[in-house]
Amino acid sequence: MTAVVEPAAAAGEVGAARRRKEDARLITGRTRWTDNIALPGMLHLAILRSPHASARIVSVDVRPARRQPGVIDAFSGADIAEIQGSLPCAWPVTEDIVHPVRPPLADGFVRHHGEAVAVVVARDRDSAVDALEAIEVEYEPLTPVLDLAAASRDEGLVHPDKGTNRSYTWIFDSAQAGTGTDVADAAAAAEVTLHRQYIQQRLIPAFMEPRSVVVDPGMGEYTIWSATQIPHILRVFYALLTGVPEHKIRVIAPDVGGGFGGKLQVTPEEMIAFFAAQRVRRPVKYTETRGDSMLSAHHGRDQIQDITLTATRDGTLTGIDVKLVANMGAYLGLVGPGVPILGAFMFNSIYKVPAYRFECVGVFTNTTITDAYRGAGRPEATYAIERAMDDLADQLGMDPVELRRRNWIKAEEFPFTTVAGLVYDSGDYDAATDKALDLFDYAGLRAEQQRRRDSGDPVQLGIGVSTYTEMCGLAPSRILGALRYAAGGWESASVRVLPTGKVEVVTGTSPHGQGHVTAWSQIVADELGVAFEDVEVLHGDTRTSHKGLDTYGSRSLAVGGVALVEACRKVRDKARVVAAHMLECSPDDIEFTGGAFRVRGTPSSAKTLADTAFAVFAAHDLPDGVEATLDADATFDPQTFSFPHGTHLCATLVDTATGHVTIHRYVAVDDVGKVVNPLIVEGQVHGGVAQGIAQALHEQAVYDESGTLLTGSFVEYTIPSAADLPHFVTDRTETPATSNPLGVKGVGEAGAIASTPAVVNAIVDALRPYGVDDITMPCTPERVWRAIKRGGAS
Amino acid sequence: MSSSHRVRVSVDVDGSRYVDDVEPRTLLVHHLRERLGKIGTVIGCDTSNCGSCTVLMGSADGEQHSVKSCSVLAVQADGTAVTTIEGLAGPDGALHAVQQAFHELHALQCGFCTPGMILSAVDLLRENPAPTEAEIRAGLSGNLCRCTGYQNIIRAVQSAATALRGAAAAVLPSEVTV
Repeated sequence: MTAVVEPAAAAGEVGAARRRKEDARLITGRTRWTDNIALPGMLHLAILRSPHASARIVSVDVRPARRQPGVIDAFSGADIAEIQGSLPCAWPVTEDIVHPVRPPLADGFVRHHGEAVAVVVARDRDSAVDALEAIEVEYEPLTPVLDLAAASRDEGLVHPDKGTNRSYTWIFDSAQAGTGTDVADAAAAAEVTLHRQYIQQRLIPAFMEPRSVVVDPGMGEYTIWSATQIPHILRVFYALLTGVPEHKIRVIAPDVGGGFGGKLQVTPEEMIAFFAAQRVRRPVKYTETRGDSMLSAHHGRDQIQDITLTATRDGTLTGIDVKLVANMGAYLGLVGPGVPILGAFMFNSIYKVPAYRFECVGVFTNTTITDAYRGAGRPEATYAIERAMDDLADQLGMDPVELRRRNWIKAEEFPFTTVAGLVYDSGDYDAATDKALDLFDYAGLRAEQQRRRDSGDPVQLGIGVSTYTEMCGLAPSRILGALRYAAGGWESASVRVLPTGKVEVVTGTSPHGQGHVTAWSQIVADELGVAFEDVEVLHGDTRTSHKGLDTYGSRSLAVGGVALVEACRKVRDKARVVAAHMLECSPDDIEFTGGAFRVRGTPSSAKTLADTAFAVFAAHDLPDGVEATLDADATFDPQTFSFPHGTHLCATLVDTATGHVTIHRYVAVDDVGKVVNPLIVEGQVHGGVAQGIAQALHEQAVYDESGTLLTGSFVEYTIPSAADLPHFVTDRTETPATSNPLGVKGVGEAGAIASTPAVVNAIVDALRPYGVDDITMPCTPERVWRAIKRGGAS
Repeated sequence: MSSSHRVRVSVDVDGSRYVDDVEPRTLLVHHLRERLGKIGTVIGCDTSNCGSCTVLMGSADGEQHSVKSCSVLAVQADGTAVTTIEGLAGPDGALHAVQQAFHELHALQCGFCTPGMILSAVDLLRENPAPTEAEIRAGLSGNLCRCTGYQNIIRAVQSAATALRGAAAAVLPSEVTV
């Protein structure tokens, strides 16, 4: 082939700051969002939602809506009761989990504000929305159960027929698991004990692209476009829930505008659109408004965290005891019950602790369901332990960095089996922390803090520390099975070398902003010695990508990227045989260097991948037993998780007169292992840090006493703008993962995990002289001001 | 449903004239997307907060300013010229400096907010060719992005500002010499 670009390959695509292939479409508006799809004869849905948090549906009359102009159909839950079934929960974390039926369209009762009650199918969007007003619903309002603590005590029931709001109780105890000792013994012997209760407020993922779904029922062969993170999982559930055979269902996730876990769901709207298309035998589209999205797309976080640390007087941790109450919302989401359980393995974080106990109760309330949101369980755990470590340092009169350093796993101690039973393969917490301290000018800022304290400056400076690790690369299928997750955690890749030497890659990951097309091209370029531009990456369509487990949990590179490498290496092995035949030598004498197959010792005798691809295509002279394809599939199932880590430091300026918080400096040093594309990694860190800061300072989903969601739009749910966020200083250390051939760990969630405690620790640190040791997130000026007044010190 | 009353609206979008009869309640963004097929412009909220639907609008031969096309009625666009993200690049496909900078500096991830963000940045730089970081942050505060944390967007706008000033400076001497 012309210009095999050997120099580029030799220099290595992996690690290069390649500009993204995805951008060309996105910056010119030539995009393929689901809502852009228009099919001949397509109809539009509008959904009537419950205004009540809890009510019995006395009657629904959709007939007046059917008589509205342009309306083709209208139906309620009762009309599809026989076929609609129940939305799935794929992670029933205990054998005796309470799992209430969740019909896509409410039937008999509504259990949260915004639950879907009835549907109009019309010729256009406006006609559908207008006709909703004609639907007559009579509700008998019931008293909603909203307070999480009260709900956990069964003060009022969300599902009276279940007799309890407690869906499950899940316990890990290191003494019972054999991974450590008993926290009760640690407590009895403790020289120092710290108990704290932290509140993880409810958040809304708030991806920028509202969810949208188009269902084309064809002639019983369904094509579904959905703004989803999980086209493969969705296809399986469509088959299981509708009875339509799996091979008659094609799911496409076209351009998807963000997810952050919020599109890791099988939604009521996806099922409703399917049933609507089945009824009218025409293509239908449902695109949610932002208001619908805030009410119906799942929320995240929402936990009450009780954490007790025990330690010696010199600051050596002896035990961690955690009790969580986790709000499930009104029903169980796809992986909702498992979200806090992912956190169970992370409260011990990077620390060597002999004793650990974790207990989580999943509780129903009359609210929108909760489920995965960026980090899913791990930000919550990291928040609690990192807040508690700063508080313990204060109690002991120690520097918070030194307290952590005393307790964390040292670089030479890897691989390290934690008290939660995970084996961390690699890490260097000293290196990352030292780099962060330097970039931050820790000593200088401490001096500045002291000056402000001494002078009684009304603007106080605080420093917040957050060291973290996370379990990424979800996930080893055997571990998922042991945790009662319904599916596995492998990933799939196919590599097809075309006759002219171009390469098509099919991945089972489903990107929605992460840049897989670019990063995967870089990996393939290095593995096969082809040009970056000569690789096409196909994804997100179950017809072309028929195997996969999609994108969430920082898994795509650490699992899907490894599958891709393995597929490339299989292709290379095939091509090596062909090249050897062409060069008239044994395959054992061929080496793959500089992007070509060369005879060892005679490097000028070379065949590129393209040369072998054409020879295979022509197939005139293939060695015996070699098929006329240069393709390979690979499926990778990791043996263990990957463990990115890092140190984030935040300095805040807190105006004690107004409670206003300004982020003065933010430094993030992350170790995500080997980096395929530093631009993409940096971007992921920026976005994650922004979302973590948003939890610390800006965002909260709020229900009033009647269970009405007050934060139902971007007017009230205040995701930060550019003017609300600081400049971030980001850097990396690079300790390769030893658990996969790429040495990669994953980066999607790191920023969101690390940043929230860094910011809140910094605010509390600024205000310790005022007697403040906690502020419930989000730390709005009012809350900070009230905490200062309440603290009442100096 | 659609009232029978309709109003004739003539609007130039990305260099082509479109004449349609529309319901008075129709928003410009819906007119662009559903009647004119201009699906590069997207809808991210219902409350004019997110700015994803931002386009440039003005007189046919004069200046265009950024507007959120969800807060303009189609009938208000009658007689105006609108530039959407699809019409920002040159006729030869050459990217606008802001588009190019967004690509070079990785100022987008999922890309949903990007059309609005780019068009807001174009208008910002028209008004203020050399903005400070704080001015860019304030100037783009009507456009929400959930992916990037904005840092690379700021960098991209700074870079585009430099490029545009360079281009403007480069034009002057040649005009003088010719």
